[in-house]
Amino acid sequence: MNAPLVEKIASGDTILYLDGVSVSFDGFKALNGLSFYVEAGELRAIIGPNGAGKTTMMDVITGKTKPDEGMVLFKNHTDLTRLDETRIANLGIGRKFQKPTVFENHTVFENLELALAGDRRAVSALFFRLSGEDQDRISEVMEIIVLSAMRTRLAGELSHGQKQWLEIGMLLMQDPELLLIDEPAAGMTDSETAQTAVMLKDISKNHSVVVVEHDMTFIRSLESRVTVLHEGSVLAEGSLDTVQQNERVIEVYLGR
Amino acid sequence: MTTLTTPRTGPITSLVVGDRGAMITVALLFATAVIVPAFNLLVPADSFFHVPNYVVSLLGKYLCFALLAMSVDLIWGFCGILSLGHGAFFSLGGYAMGMYLMRQVGDRGVYGNSELPDFMVFLNWSELPWFWYGFDSFAFAALMIIVVPGVAAFVFGWFAFRSRVTGVYLSIISQALTFALLLAFFRNDMGFGGNNGLTDFKEILGFDLKSTAVRAVLFVCSAVAVIFGFLMCRFIVMSKFGRVLIAIRDAESRTRFLGYRVEHYKLVVFTVSAILAGIAGALYVPQVGIINPGEFSPANSIEIVIWVAVGGRGYLHGAILGAIVVNYAKTYFTGAFPEIWLFMLGALFIATTLFLPKGIVGIMEKVKFFNRPPDTAKPVLLQGDGD
Repeated sequence: MNAPLVEKIASGDTILYLDGVSVSFDGFKALNGLSFYVEAGELRAIIGPNGAGKTTMMDVITGKTKPDEGMVLFKNHTDLTRLDETRIANLGIGRKFQKPTVFENHTVFENLELALAGDRRAVSALFFRLSGEDQDRISEVMEIIVLSAMRTRLAGELSHGQKQWLEIGMLLMQDPELLLIDEPAAGMTDSETAQTAVMLKDISKNHSVVVVEHDMTFIRSLESRVTVLHEGSVLAEGSLDTVQQNERVIEVYLGR
Repeated sequence: MTTLTTPRTGPITSLVVGDRGAMITVALLFATAVIVPAFNLLVPADSFFHVPNYVVSLLGKYLCFALLAMSVDLIWGFCGILSLGHGAFFSLGGYAMGMYLMRQVGDRGVYGNSELPDFMVFLNWSELPWFWYGFDSFAFAALMIIVVPGVAAFVFGWFAFRSRVTGVYLSIISQALTFALLLAFFRNDMGFGGNNGLTDFKEILGFDLKSTAVRAVLFVCSAVAVIFGFLMCRFIVMSKFGRVLIAIRDAESRTRFLGYRVEHYKLVVFTVSAILAGIAGALYVPQVGIINPGEFSPANSIEIVIWVAVGGRGYLHGAILGAIVVNYAKTYFTGAFPEIWLFMLGALFIATTLFLPKGIVGIMEKVKFFNRPPDTAKPVLLQGDGD
């Protein structure tokens, strides 16, 4: 562990800190001693070639996959590797999947309602009533994700790009401290991609956001710090320009 | 604001108003509950409009099956839990009622023993096993009708859902559950009458089970149970709880990542469903006059799923319709062409799966009259976990 990192953690402004995380599937090391940290309030982009371990990293942070070794600290005090998906979600970590995953048989409104932060217990859900305040919040988020006109449409009827936005909207409703977003621009048109970048930058004003993405134009428009993963560990880190000039990065990823 | 997004936990009428299928269902059930017993008891036997006694029993049986089918639809149609062992909960409820009816026989059994049911005398037992204590009280039996299937489902669900057993694996272990109970109840030393089960009932609450009036009352009770069961299921599926169930059905891991404890939701709905199935079994037994281990047979549980599929999965009233239609067909064809019925049942299931994914209700929805307003029409797109 290097000195500035220790300082960072002691000063209490890292939201996420991975230390020596390794995961292997049938002998294949998906993550190999992965260590990096994200500061509170930061917008961080993560890039890397296929098989670099980006999605596995998300799975480990959100509790879907248990690492073989290593530690994942949330806000300096909670080790996420011991908790399950539900607990981690309720701590304040939201996740957007690579493939847009919304509830297709629910309307846009209902999707957002289900994501709304609040009591998640089964019995209280039986008697749950939406307050006026909650409805306003849902309408507000619908504005942000430009789906107000689709309020009562089933999510299954939305276009691919709209589903991606709905899922981002669900994350906003959940209002987590940390958002993990897997390839938000995948399958989007150029204008949708640009709009998504604006949305994410807006969100990052009051949330910590980690974005995994392939699209370089998109990454550039985020103007964030970039972490390059390769074979399950960090290859380089810095601004996009810095990492693009890094020779090892060029060798494994960008140059080819 | 649409009716979908406004709070739906208001007065009881809000559970059906606005949904044509639900309104028609409740109206028809009410009409049945009144007309059938009235035309049985009040219309003279030689009149064309007289409803014969055997029809009352038969329809009463169908209503019990309707309640059972609805209990399966609640978990399968709305939460994607395909139980192939729901007959077990039906039978447990049935046995609890059967035990009460056995105790009501008193000393009128073949052996005239006021302390022990006939089959125990026959087995040379000298005293009542402990688990028969209390069943001479109707209140206790009524409690057990709810508690026994409920606890069985809770324990089964606790282990299954906590270990994240889903899909076909859950179907298989639920099938194993009912098969294990079948084998257990076949054994004489289990103390439930073994192979012959419980039968030769005389009275319920002191009233003769063979009298037409009592039969009519049992029929009304069954219809009322279906109505209440229907309203309760509507309450569940129309609440936010119900929307979480559908979310689990369509994208289970997404639901987890939103912070919902999926296993708790499944456990609650599975237990409620088992209790409904148990009540159906308890109403069934006095009307057919027997409960035996055959009711636990895996084929019975599979048949329930066919009723739901034929009627239309995920609508509740579809399950009621499916149970009645398939059982009417069964009554007719097992009389007219007994050797082909099972082939027909199989063909029906295949045809439904291939051509009518939404069952009979799916066809009715295409007919304009039955069409629900667009804001409440929610097609059941069957799909796996979206992860």
